[in-house]
Amino acid sequence: MSYVTGVGLTPFGKLPGRTTLDLMSEAAAAALADAQLERADVDGLLCAYSTTFPHLMLSTTFVEHFGLSPTYAHSILVGGATGFAMAMLAHTLVESGVVHNVLVVAGENRLTAQSRDAAVQTLAQVGHAEYEVPLGATIPAYYALVASRYMHEHGTTEADLAELAVLMRRNAMSHPGAQFREPITVQDVLASKPIASPLKLLDCCPVSDGGVAFVVGREPTSGSRVRIRGAGQAHTHQYVTGAPSLTAFGAKASVERARESAGIALSDVRYAAIYDSFTITLTILLEEIGLAPRGQAGKRARSGYFDRDGRLPLNTHGGLLSYGHCGAGGAMAHLVETQQQMTGHAGARQVKDPSLALLHGDGGVLSSHCSLVMEAQ
Amino acid sequence: MTPASPVLDWTRGGAGIAFQSCSACGHHWYFRRDFCPRCGSGSPVDRQATGLGTVHAATLVTRAPSEELRAHAPYLIILVDADEGFRLMAHGARQLRIGERVRCRFVSFGGRLIPFFDPA
Repeated sequence: MSYVTGVGLTPFGKLPGRTTLDLMSEAAAAALADAQLERADVDGLLCAYSTTFPHLMLSTTFVEHFGLSPTYAHSILVGGATGFAMAMLAHTLVESGVVHNVLVVAGENRLTAQSRDAAVQTLAQVGHAEYEVPLGATIPAYYALVASRYMHEHGTTEADLAELAVLMRRNAMSHPGAQFREPITVQDVLASKPIASPLKLLDCCPVSDGGVAFVVGREPTSGSRVRIRGAGQAHTHQYVTGAPSLTAFGAKASVERARESAGIALSDVRYAAIYDSFTITLTILLEEIGLAPRGQAGKRARSGYFDRDGRLPLNTHGGLLSYGHCGAGGAMAHLVETQQQMTGHAGARQVKDPSLALLHGDGGVLSSHCSLVMEAQ
Repeated sequence: MTPASPVLDWTRGGAGIAFQSCSACGHHWYFRRDFCPRCGSGSPVDRQATGLGTVHAATLVTRAPSEELRAHAPYLIILVDADEGFRLMAHGARQLRIGERVRCRFVSFGGRLIPFFDPA
C-alpha cells in the first residue's frame, strides 16, 4: 500500500526566466509542504528528464540543488508515460519497504527556453533517426499517421476528435493554472491551422513551461488519504513504422494489469485521467481501454458523458490539450488533479464521486504505456 | 550485412529500399540489425524490395520541422505495406488514399534521396 501524501503543481504556459531546476524546485517545495514533510524526510527521489536541460544525472543534480540526501535516487525516461511510471515505481519502492517517502518531480521550461522549431525537432527524435526523421516527420505526423488508419477503420470523424479538444478546454476554463482558458467550439477546432492531416492546431497539445511534483509515502503524513491501489505497464514498440498495429496498442494490456493488481473492474471506475497529447491519443486510449466503444469517444464527449457532472468525469483540469504539456510533468498534472479531486480540493471543478480513478499515460507513439488505479479512503 | 552488399538502401544514399529476412524462421523486417528480431538467429539476409506495396496510413504534413524543409511543405508522409511483408515510411503523391496500390521512385528531399510512391 502507498499513499499520495502531497502534491505540487505550477501553472503551465509561458513562465519566462524559470529554468528546469527552478520549476522542479517550486513544485517539489509545494509537494513537501502539502505532505507536511521536511527535506530530511525524503529518502527516495525519482526524476524524469528535461529536453532543455539534458543532464546525464538529473536526479543527483536535483539532490544537490534542492538540498536532499536520499538513500535511493535516479531518473527514468519513457516519454509521456514517465510520470505514471515514476508513480508506479514509487509505489513499488514504498510497498517493498525500500524507502518511506519518495519525492517524484519533473519540470521543464520547454516553451520559453527554445524556439518552436527547436522544440518540434527535439521531440521528432523519438522517431527513427535513419528511417523516419529524414522524411521531415514530426510528432504530430507520427500521431496523424495513426489517426488516418484508426479513423479509416473505425469511422471516427474530425468533428468527433474535435469534441475532445472542446471538452478539455471547457474543463481548463475553471482552472486558474491552465495555459488556455478561452472557450472553443468544434468549428474552431476544425478551422484551426492544419498541422499534419487530420490533425489541426487545436487537436494538438501546446508546448509549455511547468513543474509538477508529488510525494508517495508508506503512511499518510497529511490529510490526504489517497492510495495508489494498483499499477501496470505494457511496451510494444518504439517507432510508428514498427508498431504491431495502428489500431491496437499496449493500453489495454497495461490497464488490465493495473486493474488486476488493484482487484477492480472497469465499471468500478468513477474518474478518468487519460493522456491526451492529441485528440486522437485520447480517442484511441478511451476506446482501447474500454471507457468508450470503438468509434464513440467523441460522441460520448458530445453527450456529456465525460463532463464534470457526467457519468465519468475526465481530466477535469483540462489535460495536456488545455492545461498544457511541459514534458514528463504533463501527465503528472493528471495525477495531481486526481488527488485534488479525491481530497475535495478541486474547487469549482469538484466532481461528486471521485472515489476510484483510472489513470493512463503513453510515451513515444503509443509505444510505452503505464496505468494506475488510485483510490480515496 | 557485408560492406560489399549490392543491395541499394536509400538510408545509405542508394536509390532502393532494402530489407532483411531470416533464413531460420522466414521473418521479414525493415530496420537493419545483425539478428532476427523474432527468433534471434544471426546472419540475416539483405534483400532488395521491388518497391511495390499498399498504402496503410497517410498524413499531409503542413507544419515542417525546419526552415529547410518548409520549402517542401505540404508533403504527404505515408506508411506503405511492401509486397515483401514489411512496413516502411515514405513520401507519396498528394492524392494517395489508404488501400491504394503504389510503386516507388526516388526523389530529393532535404539534400538526400528518399522513397516516393505514386499510384501503381
